[in-house]
Amino acid sequence: MTAITSPALSGRDYSLTGRDAKLAIENGLSAAEWYHTDIPRKQMKELMQRSDQPAIRDTIIWLGALILSGAGSAWFWDSWWCVPFFFVYGTLYGSSTDSRWHECGHGTAFRTQWMNDAVYQLACFMIMRNPVTWRWSHTRHHTDTVIVGRDPEIAVMRPPDLVRVVLNFFGVLDAWHAMVDMVRNAAGVISAAEKTFIPEQEQPKAIRVARIWLAIYVATIALALYLHSWLPLMLVGLPRLYGAWHHVMTGLLQHGGLADNVIDHRLNSRTVLINPISRFIYWNMNYHVEHHMFPMVPYHALPKLHEMIKHDLPAPTPSILAGYREMIPTFLRQLRNEDYFIKRELPPTAKPYREELHSDNPVAAAAE
Amino acid sequence: MSDWVEACAAGDIDEEDVMRFDHAGRTYAIYRSPDDEYFATDGLCSHEKVHLADGLVMDDTIECPKHNGRFNYKTGDARGAPVCVNLKTYPVKVDAGKVLIQVG
Repeated sequence: MTAITSPALSGRDYSLTGRDAKLAIENGLSAAEWYHTDIPRKQMKELMQRSDQPAIRDTIIWLGALILSGAGSAWFWDSWWCVPFFFVYGTLYGSSTDSRWHECGHGTAFRTQWMNDAVYQLACFMIMRNPVTWRWSHTRHHTDTVIVGRDPEIAVMRPPDLVRVVLNFFGVLDAWHAMVDMVRNAAGVISAAEKTFIPEQEQPKAIRVARIWLAIYVATIALALYLHSWLPLMLVGLPRLYGAWHHVMTGLLQHGGLADNVIDHRLNSRTVLINPISRFIYWNMNYHVEHHMFPMVPYHALPKLHEMIKHDLPAPTPSILAGYREMIPTFLRQLRNEDYFIKRELPPTAKPYREELHSDNPVAAAAE
Repeated sequence: MSDWVEACAAGDIDEEDVMRFDHAGRTYAIYRSPDDEYFATDGLCSHEKVHLADGLVMDDTIECPKHNGRFNYKTGDARGAPVCVNLKTYPVKVDAGKVLIQVG
């Protein structure tokens, strides 16, 4: 890995309706053809095969752990013994739902579609992501991954807002924005940015879901007031804050500090080797280059895919700590120079990426 | 009157799989179902123009490789977000071991 400076357009405009959005379309960076490692069709079909079994097993463990830790939290509510139970419950509620939302949104976790839909709806509620809005925003994220002005899911923009990053380890700003969006959607208002990626016929569904969620939160607050207790809110809603740490920790690693405005996932995404517990919580999304290159491959097949194509990818980051050791200095340097980023090195066995992406004008180069 | 065009040999496509076929500046997807029947649709996803032949066939569904949009390849029906527009389908027949599609 080396970190280099790219004299890209100064002052990035991340607005989905702004200058860089228009430029990305004009320059061909939007909806571009992305690099893929060649995999024979027979092997690709095997990797893409769907199965209910792994996700049913994981979902039983996940829901069982949620119920047990939630029950323990309530049982020990009046003592400090509730803390470890809330830690587990919150992490499952506020972090593991990020990956469940994600995988079931792709429709790859289960073979049976209604199972994907059911877990998707539940996870969306807990992670506070409108299931309609976020399905479409994530579609755009896959079309235009880390393309400035086009990707609505860029976690750390340049220059980085580090206060926002830190606050989101506790879900503070994300949950606040989610609540504001929910109330706005429940009032029947779809924002201009949302209209850029949600088709008109889908917008009423986003409004309907927001109204249902608002009713659930109002009922939870009413119950808390009736009981004169924070417990209902500690079990519904607040875990999105005190349990967010793990999904933010892993989520920042996906693209943080890497190149933007390139059309090769090997350059803008990060694969990290992590511990088995985090992999369960994260449903193998630590294989993030592989996921973006082949979103059809279910989470349980990503380790096999990684082994198959690692000759063509940058060396994986060996740990979460190693990821932060390269990301944090990059974020700090981007405060002074937002064009600074980590350039991924490919092994000699890899097909070279297009070096012109890092020439004087990466936007124009990518469009050639 | 539309023409029947030879797309491939019947054995070129595995059961429950799909193959790309280009003809006269257009691209098509030819399917072989688990029941050993053949079908044809437009070759590009109606969402973002990705080749469906790189996707996954499951039962009567083709899933787009880019955003996992799903269609019934027998009828062309879009099965929900992110695909909203149906695929055009084309008549198919197998004659003397050749798969023919009626284009146009």
